Amino acid sequence: MDWHQLWTILSLPDNVPIIGLMIVIPFYTWYAFRQAFANDRLIEQLEADPEMAKTHHRKTQPFLKGWAREVHVWPYLLRIEFLAAIIVTAILMVWSITLDAPLEEPANPTLTMNPSKAPWYFLGLQEMLVYFDPWIAGVVMPTLIIVGLIAIPYIDTNPLGNGYYTYKQRRFAIWTYLSGFIILWCVMVVIGTLIRGPGWMWFWPGQTWDHNKLVFEVNRDLHEIIGITDPLIYGIFGFLVVAGFVVLTGFAVHKLLTMTEFNRKILDRMTLLQYLTMQLLLITMVGLPAKMAARLLFRIKYVWVTPWFNV
Amino acid sequence: MAEKTTKKTGQEAGTNGTAGNGNGKRLLGIDPEAIKAKAIEDLEAIKQPTKTDLYKSIFRVKHDETPRSRTLGVLSNVFLHLHPAKINRDAVAYNYTWGMGGISFYLFWVLTWTGVLLMFYYHPTKVQAFRDILYLEHDVPFGKLLRNMHRWGAHAMVLTVWLHMYRVFLTGSYKKPRQFNWMVGVILLVLTLLLSFTGYLLPDDQLGFWAVTVGTNMARATPMLGHEGPFGLMFGMTAYNDVRFALLGGSIVDSNALLRAYIWHCVAIPGFAATFMIVHFWRVRKDGGISGPAPMMLEKEIKPLRR
Ligand code: HEM
Repeated sequence: MDWHQLWTILSLPDNVPIIGLMIVIPFYTWYAFRQAFANDRLIEQLEADPEMAKTHHRKTQPFLKGWAREVHVWPYLLRIEFLAAIIVTAILMVWSITLDAPLEEPANPTLTMNPSKAPWYFLGLQEMLVYFDPWIAGVVMPTLIIVGLIAIPYIDTNPLGNGYYTYKQRRFAIWTYLSGFIILWCVMVVIGTLIRGPGWMWFWPGQTWDHNKLVFEVNRDLHEIIGITDPLIYGIFGFLVVAGFVVLTGFAVHKLLTMTEFNRKILDRMTLLQYLTMQLLLITMVGLPAKMAARLLFRIKYVWVTPWFNV
Repeated sequence: MAEKTTKKTGQEAGTNGTAGNGNGKRLLGIDPEAIKAKAIEDLEAIKQPTKTDLYKSIFRVKHDETPRSRTLGVLSNVFLHLHPAKINRDAVAYNYTWGMGGISFYLFWVLTWTGVLLMFYYHPTKVQAFRDILYLEHDVPFGKLLRNMHRWGAHAMVLTVWLHMYRVFLTGSYKKPRQFNWMVGVILLVLTLLLSFTGYLLPDDQLGFWAVTVGTNMARATPMLGHEGPFGLMFGMTAYNDVRFALLGGSIVDSNALLRAYIWHCVAIPGFAATFMIVHFWRVRKDGGISGPAPMMLEKEIKPLRR
């Protein structure tokens, strides 16, 4: 256990946001789910008791007859904003007084930094570079992330859970978001920061970052493993494998989606276009861990090799 | 001349003890008693600044604790009128919004101010940029604090924007009628990240140089538009005419890239971001204010879809 190495990484001022991330994301996840579960319990009560559903104000917050449903922004909101501004300023001041922004040597194109890392919020994409060619990791995936995020409101046809925390009423949406945001994004950021060392190699926390470490691993293309040598045939073969993956995953996603009565009802409300967009996005999302598994478990470099691009 | 006279008569008025009874002596046609009365009037007025014309002209309305003036206080102020006069009583509690949208905005504001101050000391040239940072760190009063606040503020803003998006998702606030505002939000997220990224190069040190090299190298691989991307060669792409060249203003990260990063970072992206924020806030209002906490809807209340 190389505590010094661990401390060197953790105490790097530029890594403070990642430490913050590791604290703040679990905290707010807990904070949100605590409210979601409380709401879910109330929803169950309301569903069981139609009389109550008619009269209840349907929030977990206390409410008594005669209370105004609205309050004045001046002062009830403004004082909070003012306080928040003061607290944020104080935190930022303390942070800025105690930790200095990094400044390395002057830029030098002849001296490569090792590891040379993108800013921390892009490390998820850089991590993807291990598994995918740059045109996928650096161009297609960011585009799909942006387009996919924008598409969310237009493909989520579930009218429940609009304006309150709930888990029960939006299970599928919440699981999808959590896997995308927490596992595929935040965890990758943490891996990229804390685990990836020189040569973008994997170093467990506490392992010394050895600049001379060499890993002899041979990644081979799928068609090489199987033994196809003709470019035309392995081009077609690769396409079939990818197509097979798309079909299988699409099928699995569909099964998952139609598992509950409620989800079938929501699915009914989707247009074909909405459904296909959702499938495209979900299949791509599953593609990331799938390719990672293919690499880590079977040492597969590319699945589909063509003269123009490789997947 | 007139000043002297007033002083003198003032002393006289004080000694004969008949202030205010109107039969004081006149000097050069000036009535010292009247002046004194006016002075007292002015001094009394200072005790109640809110009654002065100056104050009223600036703030326009009274600020007492009546609902009317609380409302007007918000509505008649150009900055505060972003807010409605009244909001959902449960929405002011921290646990619903986590305040992250507001904090993101505040951080943007802090970054704008610290950024403008930094601009006074910074030249976007290969010769000067790095030295300017050293100068800021070692010679400019509070320069180090300024730079640190700008840097950490930027990191913090990325975090708060993520958290804001997280809570908007978990409260389902992107659902009808707020779909479009979610889209505006995604654009703001991208702009926030780009702001941070373009700023990274500006110190012109190894960290920024290699981060931007790694980042823009990916642009080489853009399908059709990058010279190493799929179909790039077919579209006639070389290292001297592809998207990466356009981003960097050259085939390597050098002085043109520094200038481009500077202009994107200090002018263009903040302009876009500010514009989209205005739209974002406007839409929060127009879409019926903050989404909740709303009364919960039950499964059996779902209405059949009308197309
Ligand atoms: C620079 C970045 C951003 C700023 C300054 C900002 C600011 C705000 C503010 C002040 C609000 C009022 C409520 C609150 O504080 O939660 C708000 C609401 C909202 N924001 Fe953002 N936002 C930003 C980015 C985003 C992003 C990335 C998204 C989503 C992808 C988003 C989507 C929304 C939506 C849908 C609402 C309405 C929420 C509701 O009614 O409950 N915003 N935003």
